[in-house]
Amino acid sequence: MTNALRQSLFLSLIWVCMEKSAVFNRSKLLPYALLAPQLIITFVFFYWPASQAVLQSFKREDAFGLVSEFVGLENYQALFAQPEYYKAMLTTLIFSTLVAALSLSIALLFATQADKNLKAAPVYKTFMIWPYAVAPAVAGVLWFFIFHPSLGTLARPLRGLGLDWNPLLNGNHAMTLVVMSAVWKQIAYNFLFFLAGLQSIPKSVIEAGAIDGAGPMRRFWTIIFPLLSPTTFFLLVVNIVYVFFDTFGIIDAVTGGGPAGATTTMVYKVYADGRLGGDLGGSAAQSVVLMVIVIALTAVQFKYVERKVQY
Amino acid sequence: MANVVLRDVRKTYTGGFEAIKGIDFEVGDGQFCVLVGPSGCGKSTLLRMVAGLETITSGDIDIGGRIVNQIEPADRDIAMVFQNYALYPHMTVYNNMAYGLRNRRMPEPEIDTRVQEAARILELGTMLDRKPKQLSGGQRQRVAMGRAIVRQPKVFLFDEPLSNLDAKLRIAMRVEIRKLQRRLKTTSIYVTHDQLEAMTLADILVVMNGGRVEQIGNPLDIYQKPATTFVASFIGAPPMNLMPLRSDEISAQFAGDSRAASEAGILGIRPEDFIISSETIVGGIALDLTVEAIERVGAETFIYGTRQHEIQGVAANPGELPPGEVIVRIPGAVAPAIGERIKAVAPRESLHLFSADGRKRIDL
Repeated sequence: MTNALRQSLFLSLIWVCMEKSAVFNRSKLLPYALLAPQLIITFVFFYWPASQAVLQSFKREDAFGLVSEFVGLENYQALFAQPEYYKAMLTTLIFSTLVAALSLSIALLFATQADKNLKAAPVYKTFMIWPYAVAPAVAGVLWFFIFHPSLGTLARPLRGLGLDWNPLLNGNHAMTLVVMSAVWKQIAYNFLFFLAGLQSIPKSVIEAGAIDGAGPMRRFWTIIFPLLSPTTFFLLVVNIVYVFFDTFGIIDAVTGGGPAGATTTMVYKVYADGRLGGDLGGSAAQSVVLMVIVIALTAVQFKYVERKVQY
Repeated sequence: MANVVLRDVRKTYTGGFEAIKGIDFEVGDGQFCVLVGPSGCGKSTLLRMVAGLETITSGDIDIGGRIVNQIEPADRDIAMVFQNYALYPHMTVYNNMAYGLRNRRMPEPEIDTRVQEAARILELGTMLDRKPKQLSGGQRQRVAMGRAIVRQPKVFLFDEPLSNLDAKLRIAMRVEIRKLQRRLKTTSIYVTHDQLEAMTLADILVVMNGGRVEQIGNPLDIYQKPATTFVASFIGAPPMNLMPLRSDEISAQFAGDSRAASEAGILGIRPEDFIISSETIVGGIALDLTVEAIERVGAETFIYGTRQHEIQGVAANPGELPPGEVIVRIPGAVAPAIGERIKAVAPRESLHLFSADGRKRIDL
């Protein structure tokens, strides 16, 4: 929505500059007025909450939330003294690596299959996109029920295979379950972009590869994959942001961060400590740390990974 | 080194559309064969069938004595130059040329020798480290050629390789391709819709229309004796003038030739076979024209005229021809004025006669 808005604003600005230069000269405020809606939205929904979080992270609230006092870096000191915080960082690292790697690679596999000239390809593509329309919390509940140790339709067959399946007690099982749910949810999005990327590769280049004696696998790794790298890079950035922030709903619905904090990622801990634990200052400090980490990760990706991208 | 033989090759797509309706021809070892025809005539499809990029519905394609119908493109020992060059955009010029050799596990020193040799021939030596997007159209075209020649395949396939270049470069590259092919003596099949390219490059010219072959032969033979009105109007620029004849006109003009009289329906005369003269030629034909437009291109001039009333044969009772446009080519730049009435005459040996449906040539 914001992109469309930005574009329409941009176009109207151009129109004003080109067609109505007289008006433009008379009213110096007009461009600002035209930009205002976009600026206000960005400010209200991004800069204001973010600055509030930063401000909050330097304060401590009393138990009733009536008084808050400035405590400097105390919240941060307390945070980095907590062993649970490092555990959450590790959990986040495992979770995000697994989700990003699996959702990207599975989506790429599906997209390459959908790109073939199959009769049922349109149907297949439509079905592939559906999971994206499911809200994260709903997706989480679905997976929760499917794999619930006593209610789940798939829990019994898993036990039948000799696996003592219990995501409510076993941290690894719980992690597997949230990873599966998060991956399932994200594949649709990645699939769409990969498919569009694949379709933009000229067919003749792949045919030239076939004539040049490269088999399907070699063609994929030496031609298609490198040419897909702009898409892959974009999706990597988006997916990292997704696993760091948007998987909150899934984790909350599937495991609630448990068992014993085994699936408490950093964003879930922000919620748990602030909303459930009532430590608004500590929670704000965590969200600032999280923000810094994501900004840093994105910057690193642009600086180092983008170099390998073939535009 | 190989010959290519097509035997009753057909292609029907899964909707029932028949793109190739039974084609037979043979390209001898080292020959340069050009497939020419208007867009949609099936020439590119046919080339892609030879390459192995399209399946063959029926018939056989034989490369060097081996039927390749079921053989993968990589194993047919062919190299193809695509219309859009199909260079690998993420690879340097060197790697573009080396890719096919590496896939075949050729030792690196030999790859280097071959790539350097191709770069020398094609004058790409200074560009080996560049990516395709840093090259001009002509340079990309040469890289595409280089990628084909380093492989030293049995057959080169060209799919309209010059159509993305500007006119001047197209002529230069046309000459280059011909020289290169003569030098390497590699059997080649070349697809184009440009009749000038077809005429200048081909050892064997295959004129295609609607999925069928209209005529196969030496380019000059095709030019001089087109088998159908389609070939007559497609080969040669500007096209041959084609004029329908009525039976009384035929008997008047070609009375001495009974076969012509019975079968002919269309008369063809090439623009360059006319002379503007007030003198008629015995046995030939004379047209009264009103000049409608003049095109001067320097060395020659094209006169577009409408026929006035009648075809003036030297034979008795000249019959009338229906009105229509006639193009006359004259050398030099001295031309009549627009609106002027002229007489264009053509000798008997330059007349082409076709059956009324245009499918058959009638030799006088």
